[in-house]
Amino acid sequence: MNSIKLALTYLRIGVLNEMQYRVNFFIQLLQSFISVATGLIGLSLVFGQVDTLAGWSRPELLAVMGVHLLMGGVIRSVIQPNMERLMDDVRNGTLDFALTKPADAQTLVSVREFRFWQLVDVIVGGVVIGFAFFQLKESLGFLQLLGFLAALIMGGIMLYCVWLMVTTISFWVIRVQDISNLFEGLYAAGRWPVGIYPDWLRTGLTFLVPVAFAVTIPAEALTNRLTSASLLFAFGMTLVFIVLSRGLWRLGLSNYSGASS
Amino acid sequence: MRRHIDFYLATMRMSILEQIQYSVANYFYMIGMITEPVIYLVVWTTIAKQQGGMAGGYTVGAFAAYYIIWTLVRNMNIVLTPYAWEWRIREGRLSMELMRPINPIHNDVAFFAGWKFVVILLWLPLAAILSWIFKPAFEIRLMEVIVFFLAIWGAYLIRTMLLTLLGMISFWTTRVSAIFELYFGLELILSGRLVPMTIMPAWVQNLSNYLPFKWTFFFPIEALVGSMTDLQLWSGIGMQALWIVSGILILNLIWGPAIRRYSAVGG
Repeated sequence: MNSIKLALTYLRIGVLNEMQYRVNFFIQLLQSFISVATGLIGLSLVFGQVDTLAGWSRPELLAVMGVHLLMGGVIRSVIQPNMERLMDDVRNGTLDFALTKPADAQTLVSVREFRFWQLVDVIVGGVVIGFAFFQLKESLGFLQLLGFLAALIMGGIMLYCVWLMVTTISFWVIRVQDISNLFEGLYAAGRWPVGIYPDWLRTGLTFLVPVAFAVTIPAEALTNRLTSASLLFAFGMTLVFIVLSRGLWRLGLSNYSGASS
Repeated sequence: MRRHIDFYLATMRMSILEQIQYSVANYFYMIGMITEPVIYLVVWTTIAKQQGGMAGGYTVGAFAAYYIIWTLVRNMNIVLTPYAWEWRIREGRLSMELMRPINPIHNDVAFFAGWKFVVILLWLPLAAILSWIFKPAFEIRLMEVIVFFLAIWGAYLIRTMLLTLLGMISFWTTRVSAIFELYFGLELILSGRLVPMTIMPAWVQNLSNYLPFKWTFFFPIEALVGSMTDLQLWSGIGMQALWIVSGILILNLIWGPAIRRYSAVGG
């Protein structure tokens, strides 16, 4: 209960902070439109050649694009800023300030930053999904929506866990900024359903960087492809990722020696 | 002139020595970048296979060749980001650089040029691994190799000019990220970074002939991977030279007014 209150407090501070810079909203909006536009151009080039790509029709791939955009907004507004601050704190020794506070350290380092305007991507992603649905001319069933939301939340949690694990490595290796570059590159692979990738890459995108769970499975829920087995599998994997990341975090923390200066 | 050559050689040597020390970090960066062409390659391979082995005139092997050479050309296209100009101006760092008896742009060009030697060296094993996985189809003539080596440096210089000019917009306004992002979006479509230009609609291809982007990306790749005649190859180099010279001219033209605008916002 305390953690939720803590998160909400930081959320409010984050929003207030960002509200001071309203022009950033329009810049963010423009950036979202550019990524939607290039995405649409990519799709139209693909469908200039074929009618379906690995069994996915054009509106279905539009839905994938929407989910990818939406999840990208979540990463950039909540997950990435917190993790980048954590990396800096470990390097500079300023993590002391977080550790001495009377709250669970993992919770605290995960909620301190919030980039409000990045949520524009979440909304634009939602609009793209809605538009895809309109083109599919199907109505969204209640169970389908529930499956989609569940898959989305689990995917978000898994992405957070992986980011946390990667960041935790900074307790041992200082230069991890390049790892977060690598992560961004791999996340871009989620623009397309992971089924099209060769086996080795698909395995990586499922178990190392869970793009499959974060983007493809929610999109499958939307397009009537999701089986309850894969949803259950996603649930199991979420638990595994949570336990692993918590374990690694504790190990890393015990390795932290405080202010470097 | 002599002074400039000495400066370039010294700066390049320094940057090579510096970047070799950071080869692990450089590698992580390069591997991160490789996901982008691999994604494009997988998508277009899937399409080609669905259509019986060919899409937009490219076979599966030709796509592999295109996107593997893409990785080197992309690395050659990495120059000082326009955001560095914004930072330089906003933080007043430029004041320090202006104290030197040589235009600070020379330092940028030379530093990144030196870095490229390290990048090319690191790229070779990556290219070998990618080739082993994706099995590209090459048919290479000696002339193509010669033109390719010239063209990647031409690409480097053109993109340096373009991004320097773009970055210099920061002299006039401090809200530049929107302009930069718009530029990167256009470049993605019109350069051949997203797909080979031949897959684009005819009017886009036409448009791209009159813009510099294609000469930094599609042309160098196609010089090696495609089958151009010697005349086409050398006129491509000619086009690159034309863009480099225009870039230098424009840069010289606006450098004066730009520097007069400069008043170190922060710092």
